[in-house]
Amino acid sequence: MEKLLVSHSPHINHGDTTRGIMLDVIIALLPATVAGCVIFGLYSALVVLTCVVTAVLAEFVSRKVMKRPSNIGDLSAVVTGLLLALNLPPKLPLWMAAIGSIAAIVVVKQMFGGIGHNFANPAITARLVLLVSFPTAMTTWVAPLGSSGEVTSSATTGEVIDVLTSATPLSNTALEGGYYSYTQLFFGQIPGCIGETCALLLLAGGIYLVVRRVITPTTPLCFIGTVALCYLIAGEDPLYMILSGGLMLGAIYMATDYVTSPTNWRGQIIFGVGCGLITFVIRYFGYLPEGVSYAILLMNILTPYINRLTAPKPFGWEGKK
Amino acid sequence: MERTEAILRPFKRSIGGAHLPHFKHTAESESVVMPSPEKVVIPMLQHIGAPCVPCVEKGDTVYVGTKIGDSEKFISAPIHSSVSGTVTAIDKVMLPSGQLTEAVVIESDGLDTPAPNLRPFEVKSPEDLCGAARACGLVGLGGAGFPAHVKLTTREDVQIDTLIINAAECEPFITSDYRECMEQGENILEAIYLVKEIMNFKKVYICVEDNKPKAIEALYKIAADKRDADNSVQLMKLKSRYPQGAEKVLVYSATGRRIPLGKLPADVGCVVMNVTSISTLNKYIKTGMPLTRKTVTVDGAVNKPQNVIVPIGTSVEEVIEFCGGYKGTPKKVLYGGPMMGTAVLKTDMPILKQNNAILVFDEKMAKQQTETPCIRCGRCANACPMKIQPLEIEATLRSGDLEEVRALNVEYCMECGCCSYVCPAKRNLTQTMRIAKAEIKAKLKR
Repeated sequence: MEKLLVSHSPHINHGDTTRGIMLDVIIALLPATVAGCVIFGLYSALVVLTCVVTAVLAEFVSRKVMKRPSNIGDLSAVVTGLLLALNLPPKLPLWMAAIGSIAAIVVVKQMFGGIGHNFANPAITARLVLLVSFPTAMTTWVAPLGSSGEVTSSATTGEVIDVLTSATPLSNTALEGGYYSYTQLFFGQIPGCIGETCALLLLAGGIYLVVRRVITPTTPLCFIGTVALCYLIAGEDPLYMILSGGLMLGAIYMATDYVTSPTNWRGQIIFGVGCGLITFVIRYFGYLPEGVSYAILLMNILTPYINRLTAPKPFGWEGKK
Repeated sequence: MERTEAILRPFKRSIGGAHLPHFKHTAESESVVMPSPEKVVIPMLQHIGAPCVPCVEKGDTVYVGTKIGDSEKFISAPIHSSVSGTVTAIDKVMLPSGQLTEAVVIESDGLDTPAPNLRPFEVKSPEDLCGAARACGLVGLGGAGFPAHVKLTTREDVQIDTLIINAAECEPFITSDYRECMEQGENILEAIYLVKEIMNFKKVYICVEDNKPKAIEALYKIAADKRDADNSVQLMKLKSRYPQGAEKVLVYSATGRRIPLGKLPADVGCVVMNVTSISTLNKYIKTGMPLTRKTVTVDGAVNKPQNVIVPIGTSVEEVIEFCGGYKGTPKKVLYGGPMMGTAVLKTDMPILKQNNAILVFDEKMAKQQTETPCIRCGRCANACPMKIQPLEIEATLRSGDLEEVRALNVEYCMECGCCSYVCPAKRNLTQTMRIAKAEIKAKLKR
């Protein structure tokens, strides 16, 4: 008889893999990505493509340089690239997008030890790097296709530089007028980052992730709930506020990143509420129109402490001996 | 008797754990008695505790039920011959765990003559019952092999008021306890009432997972006739969730009591007995025949998966042959279930008292998964029934800080395997927990 294999228990495994989880995230993000490309024109599809390809290449090359086994097969670089792209303005020059991807993968992820070891969400950090490096380009918004004649023509001719700036729902000019309807906000017919505007599809993707048990709804609900509650107390329209800016994208897809958010539900509540509070403070009192990215980054840094604080007591715990 | 599902299972009692596929292929196949083999090898260590010393010599004639090994230590259980014949050697053998122990080798005469001195055992007091459990050689038949008489010993310091019968059988594949419920229902209930009466227990919970509705129905029908005035014997349908049958989890599910680290069910006033154990005990009391046969589920890559009643000491090879031999090439052979069972090196090892399954894995089932980096999804921590955090323990162990590893309560781990099972990165967390516990034991003395 052939030699028998001796291994330790357990001898069976659940079918889920890292790759499968990442694939689920990509599937959840695809509708919002496609919507973004439809709303803002084909050029934004190029931005998405650049981010994803650069991220995967950066992952491959940096693993090679560090003489470590390649892990692009786990698709985590694709997720990072995609998330970064969805957080970028539709008309960002492609080379800037590429720099963002490289910063995300090389600096934030691989230099800290690769998947599972990054201290902050790579896509968020890269977005903030771009924001401080190229403040003008990163805050140049375009109106959605079809919302006005001139913009339509400039976008369909595919001219990159010919951008008509427009105000996002959160910038001050828009706030005073309040000129976007709920329908526009819900279906994404508003200026903003490529993937953040279509609340409907972002929510659908989020539900998919919850159903597939990739994420639990704790963090997104606490995050969005806190923001809504704060605006309600402040006397502003909470619905308008949660449908605007990067809140949906951030709360559902970035704040639920496994590596940089707490592992148990108590921690996730603290994390979500913390993110919500910081977002509100920045948006309401701060100089910046948007604060979701900063909120998530700050809470990312606090995550190890939250984990420690909220670690459950073991079963049958009798107190410290 | 009431089915107290709703009353006894409040929402709060969540145990974590994992939802496993059941694979109970052999559930509806009646147990088949396997004829005695030509030779049995009976190890002197088939329980937790001190090994027995052989009390027979080479050339002695033995019968089915003749005591062949015993120990003076309290935590131990005597061992009996499972065939009639002649002792041909007293040898060293390897157990599935890799441990070496003495074993009595008996050549069968093929007659299976029962020992002439076997008499029904009269049970009148708790001491008698305890004595019966010991004389029967009874150990926890669910797999752990803890000597039963130790559990039934009355203690001064705690009042034991509850008997929990473990028929959860939460490991995939295994159906031997299920068959026991289906085939020996009368005997089980009789045993339960006897033990309850003698030990003066106030409550008895018979715990069955809800994936075995037929067993619940079978026990219920018998129990309905026997019900007593205050419904002190209750049948509990537990949610099918691994590791529902683990002692600590079961006591919690049934009574809400939590067993602290390093303590026994008796410390919270409970006795947990496997359903096959209590049934065996009653058979011994009625006939005097000690534990010499064991029902074993044989499943996986064999031609005739079934439950087999095997004389203890029969080699695994012969049991598999009895079940029609291997289907394809065997790659892995397990003693026990896929979650906590032991993979063995060779198939010439004997069936032991606490064996409840022999599983054969073919190439496909035995495929080893490659470990990938931890992505900190936290599934291991959420699945852990002991509520410890395998991901943090693994990372801390890698850093080498053993004090910190202990501070993360790794000693609570009962090695159920849930963390490794759910890990999407396929990390061998359960094994890492074992290593962490062993390192702490070796290097950090309290």
